[in-house]
Amino acid sequence: MSKSVGLEEFLPIFQEVFNRDDIVLTRELSAADFDAWDSLSNIRLLVAVEEAFGVRFTSDEIASLRNVGELAELVGKKRS
Amino acid sequence: MATNGMTRIRDLPWLCLPPDNVRERCLRLQSLPRAAFAEEVAFLASHGLKEIQLHQLADALEGRRAAQGDLKPLEPITLGIVSNGTSDLLTKPLVATGARYGYDVRVVQGLFGQVMQEALDAASNVNAAAPDFILLVLDHRALPVSPALGSVAGEEANINAVLDWLGSLRDGFRRNCAATVVIPTMAPPADPLFGSLDAAVPGSLRRILGKLNQKIVELAPASGDLVLDVAFLASAVGLDEWCDAAYWNLAKLPFGQAFLPLYADHVLRTLAAARGKSRKCLILDLDNTVWGGVIGDDGLDGIVLGNGSAKGEAFLAVQRLALALRDRGVLLAVSSKNEEEMARGPFRSHAEMLLKESDIAVFQANWIDKAGNLRAIAKELNIGLDALVLLDDNPAERALVRRELPEVAVPELPPDPAHYPRVLAWAGYFDTVSYSAEDAERGQYYASNAKRAELAVSATDIDGYLASLRMVMTVVPFDASGRSRICQLINKTNQFNLTTIRYSERQVMAFETDPSVLALQIRLIDTFGDNGMISVIIAVPDGDALEIDTWLMSCRVLNRGVERAALNVLVGAARARGCRALRGAYISTKKNSLVREHYKRLGFSQLSGGDERSTWILPLDHFADQPHHIHVIGLENK
Repeated sequence: MSKSVGLEEFLPIFQEVFNRDDIVLTRELSAADFDAWDSLSNIRLLVAVEEAFGVRFTSDEIASLRNVGELAELVGKKRS
Repeated sequence: MATNGMTRIRDLPWLCLPPDNVRERCLRLQSLPRAAFAEEVAFLASHGLKEIQLHQLADALEGRRAAQGDLKPLEPITLGIVSNGTSDLLTKPLVATGARYGYDVRVVQGLFGQVMQEALDAASNVNAAAPDFILLVLDHRALPVSPALGSVAGEEANINAVLDWLGSLRDGFRRNCAATVVIPTMAPPADPLFGSLDAAVPGSLRRILGKLNQKIVELAPASGDLVLDVAFLASAVGLDEWCDAAYWNLAKLPFGQAFLPLYADHVLRTLAAARGKSRKCLILDLDNTVWGGVIGDDGLDGIVLGNGSAKGEAFLAVQRLALALRDRGVLLAVSSKNEEEMARGPFRSHAEMLLKESDIAVFQANWIDKAGNLRAIAKELNIGLDALVLLDDNPAERALVRRELPEVAVPELPPDPAHYPRVLAWAGYFDTVSYSAEDAERGQYYASNAKRAELAVSATDIDGYLASLRMVMTVVPFDASGRSRICQLINKTNQFNLTTIRYSERQVMAFETDPSVLALQIRLIDTFGDNGMISVIIAVPDGDALEIDTWLMSCRVLNRGVERAALNVLVGAARARGCRALRGAYISTKKNSLVREHYKRLGFSQLSGGDERSTWILPLDHFADQPHHIHVIGLENK
């Protein structure tokens, strides 16, 4: 059974990509809650996640992700 | 790491790996006073920053520009970008990379999907900004190509249509804002249609693009435009990864995100070259840079160069690249830690040597620090320090020069010399935007002199540099595990060798167990790694003195204070044995004039001697430990 990745593993990636220290990650956090998180910074974020965890998302997966929680689960699935 | 064992081109292997705290340092950039800002931004930008780090640097630069009004002393350049894809993610890498070349890049993006409109409309985003340069980020998908498979006429019509289209673009920008346009060559499609026949069938996309690229390159000079050879760049890193179908479909990203740093660097080096910032002189270290081994110790017969070995071939390739650069107008100089005659030897008489003295404009072979020599070379050639490139295999030397002379380009080099030519070539220090007969002839003006440049009083901060090396010296009596390296040093070291006494392995073994002999092996570690065993000292009691029979050292660690630290250890050991003085002799050979004054420099008094041989003494009563920057470990009093 795949283990979801803990949010604390994502925090440094968010901080580095968005270049901010004030980010608080919750499973429900999504692009809607976050000004700087637009479609292009989403791409930068996902490329960074791909590199950090050694995974690759399909276009479908990228389109369907709705929040950080789903991202964590997806990475967990791919990593195992 | 690539399959060829080298860091991949996409990671800019000629640049140092970034420090761990780039993000923190970028945040502090915003409020530094101007001089500190200039130094820090040059330092950060000189590293191989990844996309995220380029973003962070660009954020800091944009923040500072907003707060302070400008980014002095960086030179402002306004760069317009139009693309058939999404070019927004190029902005920050270009801004940050601009700092690497001394520029404050202000990017103005054209509207998405409006390439021709941006050119033709005088009030467009790009035109209204009055940019200095306009970067066309176009690939074959932007071009007005219609199917014409099998038709030579159709192929020509397509090429002309594209040239007309590009011409209109360029003319529109010219008319409306007088910017210099940077036109890309078109990378071929990554997916074959026929296979090998794509190259042969008239009207195939690959053929059209190939011929188009030739035309683009031909026409650019006359129109004053610049060419960015994206076709070559994409093939060099691999079309398979450059053309990322998924990200094109998702967001119309023009090429794989992994290539942003490399692409940005190529754009900036083109702009810098257009503004005359190409470097002009390649300075070559000699030992282990243009031949394998150390000429002073290995001699003409011992250095590795030529077709007999992989290593020999590697260094030949370095020499070939140096000559090719010289042929296209780059000046060559030498800066080497060696006796001058020794250093010139291979140029004059080694059968495999490709470089000749007449290829070298200035030849510095001496024992002073490289920064001093580089200053002298720049002065002699009447060019700025920012026109120099130093190729040197020794990371400690590279660090010294980077620290003292940050304007000099010092490429990082991989461990395997086979990759040296690729790294130097890809660094692009000498990229230019034009080439003429004058360039080819430049070398002649400096020919045949291989002059020695006059050294100014050295202003290098040696102490700061030595402290930064964080050296640790380990002193251990001879033992079985060090035996083979001890023998090698004893029998191979010629330059830093006071008495050049050779011992057999059996004799060295005997020293291991002889309680009366003080036989020391010295290792040195610094911030770049373990230099291994670099010195051997053998001393024997003689009355109430300790007589130094052998004192040798690897020239690689000269001028680092190792001799002084070793002397302190020797004095300690001598005192522990109840000795009142240290004595040593210097026996002159053809190769060891370097150490003629060794004992004098360490504070010994001369007892006797002439040119061939001198003896020296150091009474121990008033001896105080000599200062140095090395942490010394080991040696229980014997």
